[in-house]
Amino acid sequence: MTVKDYDIAVIGAGHAGCEAGLACARLGLKTIVFTVSINSIALMPCNPNIGGSSKGHLVRELDAIGGEMGKVIDRTFIQSKMLNKSKGPAVHSLRAQADKEAYSREMRKTLENQEGLDIKQAEVTEVLTDKDNKVTGVKIYTGITYEVKATVLCTGVYLKSRCLCGEAITHTGPNGLQAANHLSDSLMKLGIEIHRFKTGTPARISEDSIDFSKMEPQYGDTPVVPFSFSTDPDEVQKEQVKCYLTHTNEKTHEIIRQNIGRSPMYSGVIEGVGPRYCPSIEDKVIKFSDKDSHQVFLEPEGLNTDEWYIDGMSSSLPEDVQIMMYRTVPGLENAKIVRNAYAIEYDCIPGRQLKHTLEFKNIHGLFSGGQINGSSGYEEAAAQGLMAGINAAMYVLKKDPITIDRSEGYIGVLIDDLVTKDSLEPYRMMTSRAEYRLLLRQDNADQRLRHKGYEAGLISDEQMDTLRKKQDMISSEIERVSKINVKITEDLKKIMEEAGSTPLSTGTTLEELIRRPELTYDMLAPVDEKRRELPYDVREQVNINIKYKGYIEREKRQILQYRKAEEKKIPADIDYESISNIRIEARQKLSKFRPETVAQASEIQGISPADIQVLMVYLKTL
Amino acid sequence: MIAGNDTIAAIATPSGNSGIGIVRISGTDAVKIADEVIRSRSGKSLDLFSVNSHTVHYGFIFDGNTVIDEVLCTVYRSPRSFTSEDTVEINCHGGMFVLNRVLSLLLSKGARLAEPGEFTRRAFLNGRIDLSQAESVMDIISSENEFSRSNSLSQLRGSVKEKVSALRDSILHETAFIEAALDDPEHYEIDDTYKNELRDKVYEILATIRNIIKNADDVRYLRNGINTVIVGKPNVGKSSLLNLFAGFDRAIVTNVPGTTRDTISERISLDGIILNITDTAGMHKSSDEVENIGIRKAEDEISKADLIIFVMDSSEKTDEEDIEIIDKIKEKTSIAVLNKTDKGSVITENDINKYTDMPVIKMSVRENTGFDELRDKIKELFIKDEIRDNEIYITNKRQTELFKKAYDSLSSVINSIDRGMSEDVYTIDLMDAYAYLGEITGEDISDDLADKIFSEFCMGK
Repeated sequence: MTVKDYDIAVIGAGHAGCEAGLACARLGLKTIVFTVSINSIALMPCNPNIGGSSKGHLVRELDAIGGEMGKVIDRTFIQSKMLNKSKGPAVHSLRAQADKEAYSREMRKTLENQEGLDIKQAEVTEVLTDKDNKVTGVKIYTGITYEVKATVLCTGVYLKSRCLCGEAITHTGPNGLQAANHLSDSLMKLGIEIHRFKTGTPARISEDSIDFSKMEPQYGDTPVVPFSFSTDPDEVQKEQVKCYLTHTNEKTHEIIRQNIGRSPMYSGVIEGVGPRYCPSIEDKVIKFSDKDSHQVFLEPEGLNTDEWYIDGMSSSLPEDVQIMMYRTVPGLENAKIVRNAYAIEYDCIPGRQLKHTLEFKNIHGLFSGGQINGSSGYEEAAAQGLMAGINAAMYVLKKDPITIDRSEGYIGVLIDDLVTKDSLEPYRMMTSRAEYRLLLRQDNADQRLRHKGYEAGLISDEQMDTLRKKQDMISSEIERVSKINVKITEDLKKIMEEAGSTPLSTGTTLEELIRRPELTYDMLAPVDEKRRELPYDVREQVNINIKYKGYIEREKRQILQYRKAEEKKIPADIDYESISNIRIEARQKLSKFRPETVAQASEIQGISPADIQVLMVYLKTL
Repeated sequence: MIAGNDTIAAIATPSGNSGIGIVRISGTDAVKIADEVIRSRSGKSLDLFSVNSHTVHYGFIFDGNTVIDEVLCTVYRSPRSFTSEDTVEINCHGGMFVLNRVLSLLLSKGARLAEPGEFTRRAFLNGRIDLSQAESVMDIISSENEFSRSNSLSQLRGSVKEKVSALRDSILHETAFIEAALDDPEHYEIDDTYKNELRDKVYEILATIRNIIKNADDVRYLRNGINTVIVGKPNVGKSSLLNLFAGFDRAIVTNVPGTTRDTISERISLDGIILNITDTAGMHKSSDEVENIGIRKAEDEISKADLIIFVMDSSEKTDEEDIEIIDKIKEKTSIAVLNKTDKGSVITENDINKYTDMPVIKMSVRENTGFDELRDKIKELFIKDEIRDNEIYITNKRQTELFKKAYDSLSSVINSIDRGMSEDVYTIDLMDAYAYLGEITGEDISDDLADKIFSEFCMGK
């Protein structure tokens, strides 16, 4: 039987799949979203939070373009915090604890209510292509074929996944869910290379077995800042739950060291490569042996469950060791484990097989987003899912693809890193990966990227108008402030004294005062008589743009240079083997990644500036 | 040059009368061309195609049926050669004339004459050596004295690379800590104690770089020579002094005041130190237009000079014109020479010291006395310390400029800390400094930071 009702198939309904499916349907295409288990839609199988350092940026950017994650977490968070608030604005990052169940249910509801989108519980076993390597459909386990024009792979960690808890191994996806055991083979037949990565999660412990009095409570912020630019800030001011902080100690570490041989990671049972940034507790103890204690955060899994997530202690040690280990931690002496910690191994693809549109270089109409591309994290997955979905829709609609470059957003950095670098471990976003960090702030994601969503068709005229008005207010206020001369009045003296600012000897402009690290735009309101009342987000932009002007302009200049290099296109049919003056290793890398521009070539790991010089000279001779 | 597969040849040893010289040939056809011209005594092929890499072969250079020289040739196979290409080095015995004949013969067989430094450029383009090493080779090629040659050799062995790597590693470590703290604020904290530590560390790095830049100046004198300008009133013996330095009559010396109307330059070697000496027109008030142009030019030379030798006639009293000259040169490193002591001195050291504290040397150019004292004073002024083996001496302008840029970036870090700027801007300047230092050795920086963060800091909740 062949079903011909759909334009696009999305394989997987995790964070990437949900965004991809919603984007395609919202762009007017008949979309079917497959999932191996209807109960795993928008599942959060690991940490119970969204956002955090640099991940918060991704959510804001995704929201600016028209994604869903920010809106759903705004409705389902139970605690929220702006991290790094005392640091510069470029590294402020929003993080919210989610009620996991509520989050999944809300997202599922959004999918169900979306016109043009159907959900289907089925394991896709094959991607079908014609003789021109063009996607024609997908086949599911029961043998039924779905004819589609494009397909988006959002398989997460489900491909041939295997969970390990000490010597106990199960061939399942996360949380005991069914794995997808057939699709990898179909992808390999299409010539797609497959990698194997690993990640892990800590135990969940029941609330009534935890002694919170031995831990330090962690509170959320008031007021709460919403993730979505469309959320009314008043709607997110609500009662928040507490998290708790405790620590491992020498006893914990001793138990781990004694039993390290029983960890599948250390005994060699695990073949996949794990992430370094989110190491298991056994990794922390072995690799950072000089530390005699590690932080452990306890976070609730939701409002309607008594399970607590033990952040900082993921592990693949056997259950008996886990029990001993967790019970050494203050407050967890009588801990009862509801769900064991485990490691999970899965198939994914080296991202270099993809274009920047997230379409496979060699298969027309096959797109890929999320953890399958070698990333980790819900936010990284959602961001890619959105872009893969948009570009699958653009492909079917025969419109120009939409891409984001490294100077435009973290999403650009994420995708560029994934498709031009050979990551040997699950890739996680970090602010230090963004070259133009001061410009790519979470507070200006709308100004940077909303037009991309508008171009795609996910953002309305009205939303664009709102943004334009905001931008006008910001620029005219910056202009005004630069022209205001302030005299040394008693009011000003008092403000400056309170802020610990060096007294002025002559009058100056308001702009110069705002530039002082200890003063802000808002603090100087009393000496700025003609100031209009402006919304908070406008005032924030004025303050940041004035304060960091020097650095911001410098990054803008760097971006111009980057764009120039980015414009230096490399012919698609270039034969690197014939450029004998490039080192053999570099030639191999370039042949493997086939960068589209000189800038991309220079980003590839192991390509030295000398290689780039040779390449540029060669391009001139063409 | 990218069309690098062609075969290049050049004489690889310095020109001179040494009996042995090397002709080097590199590129795709290097072995083929060598095999054509080098044969056994009886004219049989040596079959260089089938010999192992890094082997030496004895033979004779044949031009048709004529034997030009008896040679040893070494065959290096790609990529195990300096250029990474097939390379043959031919050790000839017949001096410059024969070397040139061998080279012409190779060129007639299809090799192309190498451009200056082309072997090195190929080695660099083929990834055989890094940028600082390539530059050192170029420095060796152009170095003129013993010190700069041995320093180039030590750069080539990688001492710049080592020093720069140590500085970069230290910068990267701090950046990684700050980034780790920004990425994972619940695990790592940037408190005031850390800021003070960071300030101390950055100051330490700044001191090292400052020293390198200062050394670079010292070395510039050694390598490029000390720009020396001889000034003084007309007819005090400036040109005669230049001639004494040069050892032959370069400037026109007459006893008519104002004979030298233009500046005259000479590059001379003095005990291993190079002086670029410029003689100037005598400085005095003149109505002669041509002479005045010469005087203005002299003032211009003074501003560019490293050393001024101020010559006076010790048999005449100091006058206003002398004082005016002293005024013009007082900001510069200068030596006063009291010439013509043979004619009887009326000025003494004390008379000069009333106006300036520059050192004073008494000499008679005509009788060739006092020259040793002058030479020793120059050495004392410019080669203050012994050249130390464990220091690095940058001789390359590009490298010095990059050190200066790194210095500026690191100074901004200090400024940011002191002004209370937010921590994320520290790392912008730290990474700039890191990148500038990386450019010195031509290193790729793309993923260093992430690797450092993960390897040194325990990340993640």
